[in-house]
Amino acid sequence: MTVTEHQQSTYIAGQAADARIRFELETEGMTLNLGPQHPATHGTLRIVVRLDGEQVVWADPVCGYMHRGYEKLVEVRKYQQITTLVNRIDWLGHFANEVPFILAVEDLYGVEAPPRAQWIRTIFFEMARIANLGLFLGDMGVQLGALTPVFFAFRDREHVLNLMESATGGRFHPNFDRVGGLKEDLPKGWVDECRTVMKRQRDFCDEMEELLVGNEIFQKRTRGIGVIPRQIGLDYGLSGANIRASGVDWDLRRDSPSPLAWKEVDWKVWTHPDGDAFARYWVRLQEVREATKIVDQLLDGLPSGPIMAKMPARLRVPRGEAWVSTENPLGEMGYYVVSDGGPGGPFRCKIRTPSFNNIHIVPWLLKGVYVPDIITILASLYFILGDIDR
Amino acid sequence: MSDTGATSLEGEATEPEATEPEPAAEAVPQEPDPLRDPLVQALEVDLGADLLTSAVERNDVWVRVPAAAWFRAVEVLKTRHDFDYICFLSGIDWKAAPDFASRNERTFDPAPLEEGVAADGLIERGITGGDTRFQVLVRLYSIERRLGITLKADLDSVAPSVQSIVPLYRGADWHEREAWEMFGFDFIGHPGLRHLYLPSEFEGHPMRKDFPLLAREVKPWPGLVDVEPLPGGDDEPEVSEVS
Repeated sequence: MTVTEHQQSTYIAGQAADARIRFELETEGMTLNLGPQHPATHGTLRIVVRLDGEQVVWADPVCGYMHRGYEKLVEVRKYQQITTLVNRIDWLGHFANEVPFILAVEDLYGVEAPPRAQWIRTIFFEMARIANLGLFLGDMGVQLGALTPVFFAFRDREHVLNLMESATGGRFHPNFDRVGGLKEDLPKGWVDECRTVMKRQRDFCDEMEELLVGNEIFQKRTRGIGVIPRQIGLDYGLSGANIRASGVDWDLRRDSPSPLAWKEVDWKVWTHPDGDAFARYWVRLQEVREATKIVDQLLDGLPSGPIMAKMPARLRVPRGEAWVSTENPLGEMGYYVVSDGGPGGPFRCKIRTPSFNNIHIVPWLLKGVYVPDIITILASLYFILGDIDR
Repeated sequence: MSDTGATSLEGEATEPEATEPEPAAEAVPQEPDPLRDPLVQALEVDLGADLLTSAVERNDVWVRVPAAAWFRAVEVLKTRHDFDYICFLSGIDWKAAPDFASRNERTFDPAPLEEGVAADGLIERGITGGDTRFQVLVRLYSIERRLGITLKADLDSVAPSVQSIVPLYRGADWHEREAWEMFGFDFIGHPGLRHLYLPSEFEGHPMRKDFPLLAREVKPWPGLVDVEPLPGGDDEPEVSEVS
């Protein structure tokens, strides 16, 4: 059996940690293998944790169990075929994955979707946020040992998914966005149904607030756990609710020029100064609430008109490069698309996913924490494996 | 842009106004950008001759520096211009026309692509141009100034290597590991270049254009039996418009 470089460095680091622990406390260190199949890993992330008693000496996340090589696959597909792939990156935020890619291609092609399409895109984008973060609100409870909230979360997410299904035909993988617009218009009666569901989502948020945020055990398990200072978070490139929970007022929906309809409605970016697990939960709770309000306002002002710009049957994207990123449920997701002007797909497509950077901080963050807090911290960072491995 | 076969084909089938719009890159009026132009001017002062090309396009700043000035350019951006947030770091391989992919592409039409291919077999290299096969690029944000920048550097075509920026941004660590694994870039001074996604025994650099995608080698795509033709594909010239 050959010993790889990685195994060797892991072994040496382990031995060094052992030596230090024996010298300081005279206890045997232990290596705990968390995952790849642990409910807190949202997929298959493996974290090798070196323990000194109950405390973590070092932690090393091992990714790649779900690496599908999307950046390579994209190069041999046409632009129309790629939304099918990218739907599966952050599988809980389905529609939100398609939008930045389509916007980047529209930017390269020099076409803009009609207003109605942009508004419906924004509605679906926010619904993806509600479905994604709504599940987190319940899931965080289950990681801490409270089983009830997750059932509420799954129950209420179902309404959002049903809405998605009635409009797009897909519950998880809508594949609805097109270069120049949308596949279809909304079905009859959808708008009224959507208002009812948004109301339900707000009730669900209130429920979660009573069940978890106000809960003494929940607060004790999350307050002061996994504190990320503002500067460290930026240094690691954290984005989304993770960085807003560290007091950074940064949201691409507001801070980047986007053709989507966020600038048309009245909403607020929520931040929290603490930077701990509780703050990250609290910020996401507010974001779900805010998203329902955005959807409500967008439904009120939904413009009429076409949902697709005039597009040729064959898409030949001119030579050039573009970078577009949006504020996805998990954080900043962006596509750097290069076109060679040929009839095929992109020449190069770099997919910047939020979870990749969000989980990069784990080795720093887990140093010195206790074993039960590992799960709290991982759950509060909230990553999706497809979003790390791509 | 000379679209020989494709344009005439769709010209017959579509509405007159549905013809392909002119490429946006050809006629962009250079409007002054009060937010981004000062940054480019300041960088011209700070970097001097090391600033090879710069452009303010698509609501974004694009800058290219030589590989030797890579670390210094990132340092200048971080310390003097408040670029405190790292978005991503990655690479590009500008080798033209991956023939293993195009061979299987039924609608492949090589003429327009070869137009942009230089004598060294590389294609036109983006907004800021380039001299070699490989480029490393990093995207940084300034949260205070609500500003983003894309910084690029040409790397050697045979042995691409560049100084690591992990001392400046801790978040560059995994991105550099990924670029090392996928493109074979050597990051000098990186704390531990080891595989991130692929098994440690893996040989080759999958994102290089000369690394074949095995699935396409084995079975051409789109499969003739199980995949229905794309709207507007070669075998379906009657489709007028996707709507």
